[in-house]
Amino acid sequence: MSVIPYLIELLQVIILLALAPAFIGWVRMLKCWMQGRSSAGLFQPYRDLSKLFAKDVVLAENASWIFRFTPYLVFGTAVLAGGIIPILSVDLPLAPTADVIVIVALFAIARFFTALAGMDIGTAFGGMGSSREMMIASLAEPAMLMAIFTVSLTNKSTSLSQIVHVIYSGQTLLRPSLAFAFLAFVLIALAETGRIPVDNPATHLELTMVHEAMILEYSGRHLALVEWASMMKLFLFVMLGIAAYAPWGIAARGSFTAVPLALAFMIFKLGAVGVGIVLIETGLAKMRLFRLTEFLGAAFLLATLGMLSFFILD
Amino acid sequence: MAGFSIHSGSFSGYTFDAMRHAEIPFEWATAAFFLAFAGFAAKAGVVPLHVWLPEAHPAAPSNVSSLMSGVMLKTAIYGIVRVTFDLIHIFPWWWGAAVLTLGLISAVLGVLYALMQHDLKRLLAYHSVENIGIILIGIGLAMIFKSFDLPLLAALSLIAGLYHTMNHAMFKGLLFMGAGSVLHVTGERNMEEMGGLIHRMPWTAALFLIGCVSIAALPPFNGFVSEWLTFQAFLLSPSLPNSLIRLLIPMGAALLALTGALAAACFVKAFGVTFLGHWRGHHNPHAHEANWPMRAGMIMSALACLGLGILPTVFIDWMDIIAEQFTGTTIALSASAYGWMWLTPVSYERASYSGTIVFIGILVVVLAAYLLLHVRPGAIRRVPIWDCGFEKINHRMQYNATSFSMPIRRIFGYLFRIKEETELSPQPGHKAFPKKIHYHLSIRDRFWGWLYKPIVEASFWLSRKVGKLQQGRIQAYLIYSFVTIIILLVFLR
Repeated sequence: MSVIPYLIELLQVIILLALAPAFIGWVRMLKCWMQGRSSAGLFQPYRDLSKLFAKDVVLAENASWIFRFTPYLVFGTAVLAGGIIPILSVDLPLAPTADVIVIVALFAIARFFTALAGMDIGTAFGGMGSSREMMIASLAEPAMLMAIFTVSLTNKSTSLSQIVHVIYSGQTLLRPSLAFAFLAFVLIALAETGRIPVDNPATHLELTMVHEAMILEYSGRHLALVEWASMMKLFLFVMLGIAAYAPWGIAARGSFTAVPLALAFMIFKLGAVGVGIVLIETGLAKMRLFRLTEFLGAAFLLATLGMLSFFILD
Repeated sequence: MAGFSIHSGSFSGYTFDAMRHAEIPFEWATAAFFLAFAGFAAKAGVVPLHVWLPEAHPAAPSNVSSLMSGVMLKTAIYGIVRVTFDLIHIFPWWWGAAVLTLGLISAVLGVLYALMQHDLKRLLAYHSVENIGIILIGIGLAMIFKSFDLPLLAALSLIAGLYHTMNHAMFKGLLFMGAGSVLHVTGERNMEEMGGLIHRMPWTAALFLIGCVSIAALPPFNGFVSEWLTFQAFLLSPSLPNSLIRLLIPMGAALLALTGALAAACFVKAFGVTFLGHWRGHHNPHAHEANWPMRAGMIMSALACLGLGILPTVFIDWMDIIAEQFTGTTIALSASAYGWMWLTPVSYERASYSGTIVFIGILVVVLAAYLLLHVRPGAIRRVPIWDCGFEKINHRMQYNATSFSMPIRRIFGYLFRIKEETELSPQPGHKAFPKKIHYHLSIRDRFWGWLYKPIVEASFWLSRKVGKLQQGRIQAYLIYSFVTIIILLVFLR
């Protein structure tokens, strides 16, 4: 048994931890430029995180162990998902642990506990955030599953590594079904990662916040972990999309020679996706909460169309 | 019973053996199946015959509720499996489609009704409707696959359904016991009057949480395993030869995903409102931890939930004999082909899941992060709640069960009969600040109005008519007897 896949696995997790803040920094920087503001630079998220890690924790007097445990759990599921989703290489020892349905469920467990933490203190904001988050999630989940369903139909597998393998071996060309599924995936990813038409990651002190409302009472290292995990979640959703719809450039075998190229491809794609996110976020306004049914309904419809076109055209 | 009578009417004997070999015409078999299914469905609480369940289960003492939902509902599942796969054993695909459809409807409506409840035990009872639905989804898929002669897929779906049967017994038992100990120490079933119990009953809270995570189908606990297997069965439906069901079945998978996500929302609400936040009631509770025997029961169920979640291959090996008997093939060979740690239902390339590694992986990362962050001693300061600098918050400003489910109530409101009333008692001089606000909300099951109310009203009407016979005059009664005797003499001779 070769050691190299294990080393690549480790490298992948380190890259996830290291690059996720930079990706957020990139998105924020582009957004500032688009909106004619001067940005704080690519490295501001790192400075934010290190500041938070250095600070003491200030905890509400009635916080229970759930409130203190949640940041670690959210962080843990994100790191584990990072070990499973192919970022650099397909040949990962952890890849068979979980297929794409399990990965969705890993994010769901993080969300479940975040929502509980939001209710733990007993403030109106926290409960509001939890309630809305769970509502959005329950509408996003069927659409997510349909998008996954379409991809796994074309590739005959739900294992991400296997999907990448099949796309690599040239059995999958550009198909209309995948195009629909991809559009649906984009809409869902915006909802799941709390980006602008659904939730505003930059908002505070507003009745519109969802994710921020749940984590309102966090401070110090707890807040740092939660923030870091949400950066990783965005990063991982981008990687999930890339693996399922455009994996070109990833290392197909577990050898170190392919890794630098894969890394270069990954950074290039991340940069491009960042531009896309900024264009969406600058072009759209945040939706009213109950307009989201239409937004996520559209995602569901697109995914269903993708599936139907698979059956009809392929 | 009627189903059995058709069955045995065309043949002699009530033993399973006799029925198995009975050769009955197709129409009668169909009638027998649907009658038997209707009987078992009423027992299992399948929508639309579920109305009795949320009334009956919460009324029993909690330990009995736990048995009712964990064991008694399962006898109906046993009956359905026994009748279809064993006694009738050859059937067309649309029987399976009917079971699947009813399962999906039960699952979605069950969880939506559960979300609207604020009585902890009623909420759990509605979740039984949902879980029976999920079990029927597995059984329905197995029937469809079997009728198209795909034994491996039939075995997979049947195992998925049966695995969920076992899981449901475990976590629902655990949840009812948890609800029972809450009821025991607070004397309250209404969640709106609870809150913050995690500080007073840490054991019950932690164990109840395990039940919540399991039923919400989150890894690495058991509910996820069976739901994952069901999804895999759904994903294999394109190998069916009939293109109509090939198109429609994936919609079922989407509904199952909706169910799972709504169940998660519901248990965030159940746990969050009962155990987290501040006490919402009027008088201060004298809540204390449940005693040791109560805790022991819950601990055993919780361990079973974890065990079923991280070692699925072991338990699937046990159940495999059922699949072998009914579908002629087993999935144990392929399911545990890569060792006990990996669950690979069809093939390694197709899909794989390892609950063990997910569990250990999360545990390791959580521990590592915890230890790394506690190298430098950091103080934790306990302070009053910040809440964005909002002052003077009190326990009545918390989200409660009704407000938590409000967004979902608004989206899916057309499925319920909702009556919402707000009453303001004005304060003289200050129009904008009413003295008191009364908010009244009542949510009813639509099926009650559609299906049961007409029957109830008809029987009341009939009994009123019949009641007119009863006049209390002895002469009238003598005439009744006289007429009856005459009629009997004429007809019976």
